Amino acid sequence: MFCDVCQSKEATVFLTQIVEGKMQKVNLCESCSKEKGVNDPTGFALADLLLGLGAAQEIEKNPLGIRCPVCGFSQTDFKKTGRLGCSACYDAFAEGLSGMLKNMHRGLIHTGKVPARLALVLIKARELASLQQGLEKAILEEKFEDAAGFRDKIRLLESEERKSGESNLPGAVPDLLAGLNRLSLVPTEETPPKPGQKS
Amino acid sequence: MKLFAIIANTGEWLSGSGPHDQIVVSSRVRLARNLKGKPFPGWAKKAERVAVLDEIRGAVIQLPEMKEAFSEKLEDLSPLEKQVLMERHLISREHAAKGAGSAVVMNTAQTLSFMINEEDHLRMQAIRAGLQLDEVFAMINQADSELEESLDFAFHNELGYLTACPTNVGTGMRASAMLHLPGLVMSEQVNKIINSVNKIGLAVRGLHGEGSEAMGNLFQVSNQTTLGEAEQEIIGRLNKVIFQILEHEQNARQILLQQRAETLLDQIGRAYGILCHAHSITSKEALNLLSFIKMGVDLGLFPGGNRLQVDELFIETQPAHLQKGLQAAKLGSEERDSLRAALIRTKLKKMPEPEIGKIPTTPPTAQSPTSQES
Repeated sequence: MFCDVCQSKEATVFLTQIVEGKMQKVNLCESCSKEKGVNDPTGFALADLLLGLGAAQEIEKNPLGIRCPVCGFSQTDFKKTGRLGCSACYDAFAEGLSGMLKNMHRGLIHTGKVPARLALVLIKARELASLQQGLEKAILEEKFEDAAGFRDKIRLLESEERKSGESNLPGAVPDLLAGLNRLSLVPTEETPPKPGQKS
Repeated sequence: MKLFAIIANTGEWLSGSGPHDQIVVSSRVRLARNLKGKPFPGWAKKAERVAVLDEIRGAVIQLPEMKEAFSEKLEDLSPLEKQVLMERHLISREHAAKGAGSAVVMNTAQTLSFMINEEDHLRMQAIRAGLQLDEVFAMINQADSELEESLDFAFHNELGYLTACPTNVGTGMRASAMLHLPGLVMSEQVNKIINSVNKIGLAVRGLHGEGSEAMGNLFQVSNQTTLGEAEQEIIGRLNKVIFQILEHEQNARQILLQQRAETLLDQIGRAYGILCHAHSITSKEALNLLSFIKMGVDLGLFPGGNRLQVDELFIETQPAHLQKGLQAAKLGSEERDSLRAALIRTKLKKMPEPEIGKIPTTPPTAQSPTSQES
């Protein structure tokens, strides 16, 4: 049996851990077990997280035989090699991968370099997504002046999109905006109630 | 240009200088890229790999920085040549194992190298001496920006650059520094440091990366995660940690000098003695002893001693480098061990003997480094 981490050396350390009532089994070789600090029980829970072993089991649960429509790579192939078949595999196996990526990385959204030819479109999409998040948060927290600010910025971006002739806006934004407008609670200026004044 | 003509010169990352180059041997950044719509090398058929190779190699050799580059298919390199490139960290161990459909392109200064059809379609790296991760990132980022004008890299709006292994997705970047940490090893603090570095999502590995043994007190520190942070943030985090390790190493050396000077000088003296007189030595033993000599040079124990000579021995005593000048068939390990010992004896003869008495071996009680008065 090979080590679950490096997949190359013989596993000599076998661990069984109960996490939230579910049994997890991990097989490690000596050097990987040391590297992950397995003899340190608190350290190990972390190693488990890092490895995304829970996610690997999630993938297994999916109906067998899912294959990438582009390259024909299967989940069994992925389990065997730990590598994907082509770039389209990321969409084909998106469901199972997201749990694994979450455990492997510091976030699920790439915030770094973008190829120049995609940069403009993507920067706009990112800006919009962050404005949308801000809008939702502001509504939840009933900070309606902030919400109005976000709404105006989104509208501005929207109109720019329309001018450029293509709309990449996600459907959720207009719905949310419509809801916000119906509320008609959005004050245009900050007018704090004076003490003693009846409303 | 023939490979051995290029590697007859020591690479810039070894002979050059950079900030903190006593402890930080080299800084390296590699980017993983794949062509859109083409199966990754591990899943592609040979014809597909060859087509990808031709497309990428064509673009790489057009780069202004790759004028007079060395470019060769892996199948046309001998096992010895591949190993030499690997010992210089210009190709990975995985890439050295590849045959038809893979290639390497590198510049004559040996600062930029491109591995085609490794685990990903393209892995490109920049490497330089000392701690200069920002500079090497700028070099490789520039090459990447130039390449994307002619190559259509697989990029996902959310996940960023797509790679064969999900551990590299996002930036596709692995930034690493090679650190020489004899002080932390001698004072038995290195495992503690490795554990704490691991816990904050950075990896510490041996000389040749993943799964390799730490020899010669050399450790590679690199980022583990590639998604969710921008390249500069990852490098910033790595820089911070490296500065801390650097400080710990310097402190460890000072404490050894102050509190265990006899042990330290004994180790350096013995290393010198063995290296000067051995007639058969394995590469592991040689690296471990050379590490003490290197630290001795850093501490000023070899007046007039040339650090480059010692640093070169770290590479020149590696199995493939030992044999690169020889026309004969592959040497056995015993022959290599005696050849290695002879090479070290010759080189160290040119170096002055250590002046062990030079270091003040004051007892620790007399030292009060925190005291302001003197």
